[in-house]
Amino acid sequence: MYSEKVLDHFQNPRNVGELENPDGVGQAGNPKCGDIMKIYLRVENEIITDIKFKTFGCASAIASSSMATELVKGRNIDEAWSLTNSAVAEALDGLPPVKMHCSVLAEEAIHAAINDYRRRKGLPVLEDKVYDHEHDHAHHH
Amino acid sequence: MSRQVYLDYAATTFTAPEVVSAMTPYFTQSFGNPSSIYSFSENNRKAMAAARQQTADVLGAAKEEIFFTSGGTEADNWALKGVAWRNRSKGNHIITTKIEHHAVLHTAQFLQENGFEVTFLDVDAEGRVRLEDLEKAVTDKTILVSVMFANNEIGTIQPVAEIGAFCREKGIIFHTDAVQAVAHVPIDVKAMNIDLLSLSAHKFYGPKGVGALYVRKGIKIDNFMHGGGQERGKRATTENVAGIVGLGAAIELAASRMQEASSRVGKLRNMLIDGVMNVIPHAKLNGAPVGERLPNNSNFSFIGIEGETLLLDLDGAGIYASTGSACSSGSLDPSHVLMAIGLSHEQAHGSLRMTLGEETSEEDIRYVLSVLPGIVERRRAMSPLWEDFLKNTQGGK
Repeated sequence: MYSEKVLDHFQNPRNVGELENPDGVGQAGNPKCGDIMKIYLRVENEIITDIKFKTFGCASAIASSSMATELVKGRNIDEAWSLTNSAVAEALDGLPPVKMHCSVLAEEAIHAAINDYRRRKGLPVLEDKVYDHEHDHAHHH
Repeated sequence: MSRQVYLDYAATTFTAPEVVSAMTPYFTQSFGNPSSIYSFSENNRKAMAAARQQTADVLGAAKEEIFFTSGGTEADNWALKGVAWRNRSKGNHIITTKIEHHAVLHTAQFLQENGFEVTFLDVDAEGRVRLEDLEKAVTDKTILVSVMFANNEIGTIQPVAEIGAFCREKGIIFHTDAVQAVAHVPIDVKAMNIDLLSLSAHKFYGPKGVGALYVRKGIKIDNFMHGGGQERGKRATTENVAGIVGLGAAIELAASRMQEASSRVGKLRNMLIDGVMNVIPHAKLNGAPVGERLPNNSNFSFIGIEGETLLLDLDGAGIYASTGSACSSGSLDPSHVLMAIGLSHEQAHGSLRMTLGEETSEEDIRYVLSVLPGIVERRRAMSPLWEDFLKNTQGGK
């Protein structure tokens, strides 16, 4: 069902935890759907120098969080913003169709954290893509 | 190879070696079509009659009241549709519950789409149907009540005898999906006033792909499969002789071992429940207290963790269990059973079902108890829900 990479990131997630006094915190998802992701950022000179996550969700949600944090760590916040859910899924060697929303959640959580950072810095908040989660799920009933 | 612990006996059991031995001759040697009149097939006709008798004996029924099917799902489909179509002129109202297996639930919804009115009864927090709710739901159009004998997820045993007595008095046909209960707890269709009962062989160490519907003498239902004259013309298709022989052998064997097996398994199950509840903080036992649930069933919720995560971590430790989380089913909603007993989405997503059986040992349970707390702790440590939960409980309400 899952690729080896998904299982690896599920079993040995990278960047798990919290940051003390983070520069940005973002959360996506809701308990109703069964997944919530929380991202903590440390930003120095517009560069994400550290990132941690906490996730409630299935294996692909945990693996997506882990992979997404790896992909944006060390990146400039604008580069990090442009990380797409499909890039996360690809880096994991694919996710089952019913689990694609997990990668969307990772993108959203990172966006929320970056916007929180921007808000704190007095920078204009960026507009997020609008995802229809219900629709995303309904396709695969 | 490291340790393997199978704790999903409610999903399916292995086929008992004695049962396999009983079945084997009917694949290779005694393969005649039971409908053929020559003497070569006589042995098969006798074998099926014996299996029918074995099944009837365990239920307290007569062998003419047993109809073999392809499994529990077919038996449920037949019971509901067969009664509904047959009694359309008498009424169009069916009563069932919110915690039925999908075989009943989706069949009831199909009938709903075809002109029948269906009431889905609520259950209490332990998963029990309340008789007063049933009494209130009955109308002069009610033709069928279908309430499962015991729930497949949380193991709660329903007040079947009371429901049976009530339905008999009202003259309403009563069906029970007893797939999880047959040969696990005592059943007497006569004493319990059951009109129709579904069972499935692979839940009591028989083969997959065979089950039965008990239909009380005098209860008329529409035929299910149209074709030849098999199963007294009610369910056509050449009989699965080996499977039927296997069902007969399995039900007899399981019923003969039932008392001893359920007391042994029940003790191990209690040890598992006590261990989990004592060691894992904020664990919740879903379903009825022991004594009012199937002896092999345990079902827990661990707030802060999602069920699929638990299953995969347990799988990694060689432990095979099941969950009511949506993530394992590919649908948005978690288990309808756990939602019906009033769990929050978070609790339902974080459920773990472990069902024990013949090969479960005390060592297995000790092993599970040595592994599970660490898994729960590790996954909770990376869960934002657990973090919130701790903040809310420590900070007071």
